[in-house]
Amino acid sequence: MSQADAAVAVGERRWVNQVLGLLAWVTALLFFFPVFWMVLNSFKTEQDANASPKFFFTPTLDEYREVTKSTSGVLSFSEAYTNSIVIVLVSTLIVLLLAIPAAYALAIRPIHKWRDALFFFISTKFLPVVASILPVWILARNFDLLNTRMVLIILYLGVNLPLAIWMLRSFFQEVPHELIEAAEIDGASLWGQLRSIVLPLAAPGIAATALLCVIFAWNEFFYAVQLNPVDGSTVPIWVTTNISTRGDFLAKLSAASVLACIPVVLAGWIAQKRMIRGLAMGAIK
Amino acid sequence: MTEVRYAEATRTYPGTEIAAVDKLNLDIGDGELLVLVGPSGSGKSTALRMLAGLEPLDDGSVYIGDRDVSDVRPRDRDIAMVFQNYALYPQLSVAENMGFALKQQGVPKEERTARVRETARTLDLEPFLDRKPKPLSGGQRQRVAMGRAIVRRPAVYLMDEPLSNLDAKLRVQTRTEVAELQARLGVTTVYVTHDQVEAMTMGDRVAVLKDGLLQQVDAPGTLYHRPDNIFVAGFIGSPAMNLVDVGETRPLKLGDASLELEGEAAAVAGNGAGRLTVGFRPEALRVVADGPLKAQIRTVEDLGSEVFVHVTVDHLGQSIPLVAKMAPPFEGELEDTVALQIIGTTHVFDGGGLRISSSRAGLR
Repeated sequence: MSQADAAVAVGERRWVNQVLGLLAWVTALLFFFPVFWMVLNSFKTEQDANASPKFFFTPTLDEYREVTKSTSGVLSFSEAYTNSIVIVLVSTLIVLLLAIPAAYALAIRPIHKWRDALFFFISTKFLPVVASILPVWILARNFDLLNTRMVLIILYLGVNLPLAIWMLRSFFQEVPHELIEAAEIDGASLWGQLRSIVLPLAAPGIAATALLCVIFAWNEFFYAVQLNPVDGSTVPIWVTTNISTRGDFLAKLSAASVLACIPVVLAGWIAQKRMIRGLAMGAIK
Repeated sequence: MTEVRYAEATRTYPGTEIAAVDKLNLDIGDGELLVLVGPSGSGKSTALRMLAGLEPLDDGSVYIGDRDVSDVRPRDRDIAMVFQNYALYPQLSVAENMGFALKQQGVPKEERTARVRETARTLDLEPFLDRKPKPLSGGQRQRVAMGRAIVRRPAVYLMDEPLSNLDAKLRVQTRTEVAELQARLGVTTVYVTHDQVEAMTMGDRVAVLKDGLLQQVDAPGTLYHRPDNIFVAGFIGSPAMNLVDVGETRPLKLGDASLELEGEAAAVAGNGAGRLTVGFRPEALRVVADGPLKAQIRTVEDLGSEVFVHVTVDHLGQSIPLVAKMAPPFEGELEDTVALQIIGTTHVFDGGGLRISSSRAGLR
């Protein structure tokens, strides 16, 4: 059944659906417009960007050239990008490596007192980030971790891990228990069961979890700006360096913002394909 | 040679007081197809899972051959299991599903392919080898699940209601196929079902379980004709055996008619004190032109080859239901008053439900 067929259920009025559909479009456009305007501005010159809003202009890549140009003594685009990519990938990878066995132990072979364990994991998120920053900063300083990639990797790992365990646990629970038992009888070891049955079936869930971790780690600003103001800074910090107190900077900032958005959009697109493929396979009921 | 033996095997689920399987003692012969049957919650699936190693034992042991496997991991027990919902790996093709266990055992690829192909041929699965399980029909999936078990050539097959997801017609057909296949392969098989027709038609022997306790294990004919207790008598056979509580009065009476047992049974039942229950199969009860027991027709089920006449009889001040099996054609309408006679074996059960005699009987 196509979406168009699905839209009108029996007994519903067609015009009601049309109005609701229109409303949905308007809402979506309202949300999308600022992003669209940002992309548009990034291809303008500073004069065009700061003039009264116009849709038609001569597009230019000048501002992209400007923001990616490296100047000594200032956080460069390539530096920030490298830092961000390393921090995001390493922290997400470790999160998955730790969360998958943990979720398995909580979902498929529930350990003794699994409820308490689960609650403990989520309780680590109760503390507001601001409240934790001072002890975190002191610890980072004492361990010589200020202005290093390591400190952000550790922090993002800690922040993402509870969420990942909770999410993966619910996805693993969807894997039919008989399949794991069948694999067990068929001779698969614990690792074999995980690799050949649980992971392929929960792949859409793992992709979704990884995506959330990537998005958080890529966008995180507060810890990054507090702990790594000089070195090991990430893309969000680099974006702010394009705000200038002198003159116009709207087009330049737009270009920087677009560059900051691209990896997350790409990650979302890749994860979405994986998720849809998994769902289409009928793996998760 | 693979015998299977349960010795005082007990399993109590955590958080429950009563054992799901209580001190089960059961010997299964080499190459035998033993059916575990019982109502929901009788412990039949638990007993099978204990043999599979999917459920730990709280007491007693389970042997496969001479080996005590009570603490052996499922994968080291040399068993194959067919699940009720087939448990096919959705992300693997039919061939990969069937070859999964062989791959785990480290069987070389060529041999694996050959064995999968050979098994697929015997089960008419060759055209589907490259397909995923999802688009297959219920019957095909069931065959893949069977194939996955067969290809391994294990010491014991375990089947947990493997036919219950098939439609009625296919179930009857597959039932025969599975029994034939098992006989041909000659591999010891433990088969769980709640369907007593399946149990009776497939099993070399049938073990009847109730509330975790083994009630009787015997050949299907013995279970039917000489049930050890009231539960087995009522559970095996469809429609169920007519069971009538005749109280403590002697001589035995059914309604206004007296029930006369032949041979030694008369003495056994007549001498004892206490409450008795008599049981007779629908085919032992006849609607006759003239007889000692009057009844009213409640329903007539005409199956073509046979007719089940459901009647009610006034017995000890209550109206009790009885079923008679008649050969067609049957002339009789609802609410008609008819006469009944017992022509066949009548079992007598004591107050504890145990059978104390079986003999021919008649109403006078």
